Amino acid sequence: MSQTVQVIKMEELDPKFKYEISKIHGAEKIMLCYQCGTCTADCPVSRFSDFFRPRKIARMVQLGLKDRILSDKDLWLCTTCYTCIDHCPQNVDVANVVRVLRNLSIKHMNSMPLVFKELAGNLMKTGFVYIIPESRHKRRAQIGLPPLPKTKPEEITKLFEITGFTKLLEIAETFGTVE
Amino acid sequence: MTEEKPRYLLFLGCVIPYRLSSYEISARKVLTELGVELVEMPEYNCCGFPMDPVNHDVMLTLAARNLCVAERENMNILTLCNGCFGTLYKVNKTLKEDREERERVNKYLNEFGMEFKGTIEVKHLVYVLAEDVGFEKIKNVVKKPLTNLRVAQHGGCHIVRPKKLIEKDDPENPRLLKELIELTGAKCLDYMDEAECCGNPIIGVNEPIPFQMAKEKLDHITAVGAQALITVCPFCHMMFDMNQPRIERAFNEKFSLPVLHYPQLLGLAMGFAPEELALSELRVKPFDLLSQIQSGSD
Repeated sequence: MSQTVQVIKMEELDPKFKYEISKIHGAEKIMLCYQCGTCTADCPVSRFSDFFRPRKIARMVQLGLKDRILSDKDLWLCTTCYTCIDHCPQNVDVANVVRVLRNLSIKHMNSMPLVFKELAGNLMKTGFVYIIPESRHKRRAQIGLPPLPKTKPEEITKLFEITGFTKLLEIAETFGTVE
Repeated sequence: MTEEKPRYLLFLGCVIPYRLSSYEISARKVLTELGVELVEMPEYNCCGFPMDPVNHDVMLTLAARNLCVAERENMNILTLCNGCFGTLYKVNKTLKEDREERERVNKYLNEFGMEFKGTIEVKHLVYVLAEDVGFEKIKNVVKKPLTNLRVAQHGGCHIVRPKKLIEKDDPENPRLLKELIELTGAKCLDYMDEAECCGNPIIGVNEPIPFQMAKEKLDHITAVGAQALITVCPFCHMMFDMNQPRIERAFNEKFSLPVLHYPQLLGLAMGFAPEELALSELRVKPFDLLSQIQSGSD
């Protein structure tokens, strides 16, 4: 979120944005948010971040500040602890709204945090989000642990293709850290 | 009457085989001793959790693919990781209850000749211990009660939240892990903001915030005099154990708080030797703790 207060101009508002968002699984109740701020008050990240504010995210969606919210890298600071979902008096799945916005922001911005591109790459290679080194496999045998299952990375590659994720991965730029 | 032995597919996920075999080793030890039969989960893949932020459908399909493998084996899943549990449990529930979502995901699954049917259950270690094994049985296998030990719990978020989906322990005042800890004879102390997140899920994009979150928890835990922290999630464990020296350097403070996986604590109380429970693999070495346990039982 921007560090300085910005004037909201009418022409940057997309009045249809809130309806688009409410159609997506997890964000159906975004219009019910009445800005009480329980989510921000109880968010463990907001306590230590100067910028991450779930209430503000909800308000930006309601106002239709589509470009601003979808290009806001602070979206990536939610830990998905789900405290906001448990505490919301209006039953808004706030953390899921953030997830919906993250998913959209990749398409909108053509970029995602580097870590996810790496994890996705590993997943296609090995079926796991990490590349488990040969030494680990050997050590398992040495200490009497059963071998890890034979995965099917070719099915993961296919899964990425049919969900349309492969294309996104190919074109998406990356960024490292979010301050 | 013959008692039916609980039998589960062990879903290890990614991070445990990659970095935390101590959790796997100790969990296998105590579960086997408690009569839980563990079957290796064949051809599984990442649960899906790490992909949810970037693509919800990828997460759903990865999770559903795992659930279909378990359905084929006709066995319920046991996870050791909170992230795996939260993901597989929620996707299983959603696909069982929401026809539209099920049909959408099944379209993807059909490409691999799979179909989600909704015939199995997913449980985390804590729930298998509390619901299937039962407190009585655990109490009976405790041979060396750790009565002189004071510890704290960090159960983590994804085994309890969101409450409306998980519907198990109380996220505001989680009791199950605390009760499981006290079965070992150790005292489980209350501390401030006990149910708060460790911060780990965002460490890939921002380090200072999760470090502050974990540091504050370490402050609260040590303030009440806990001699160890007990976890049941590899990500929470890494945050408090593997990252503890870095947190200490960042804030110029010393915690030296051993962080044990719950099965390690239970295993010690069951009489297993520390090396059988891979205690030497912990970053923060629990030497003092072990000698205290030793002197207490002498």
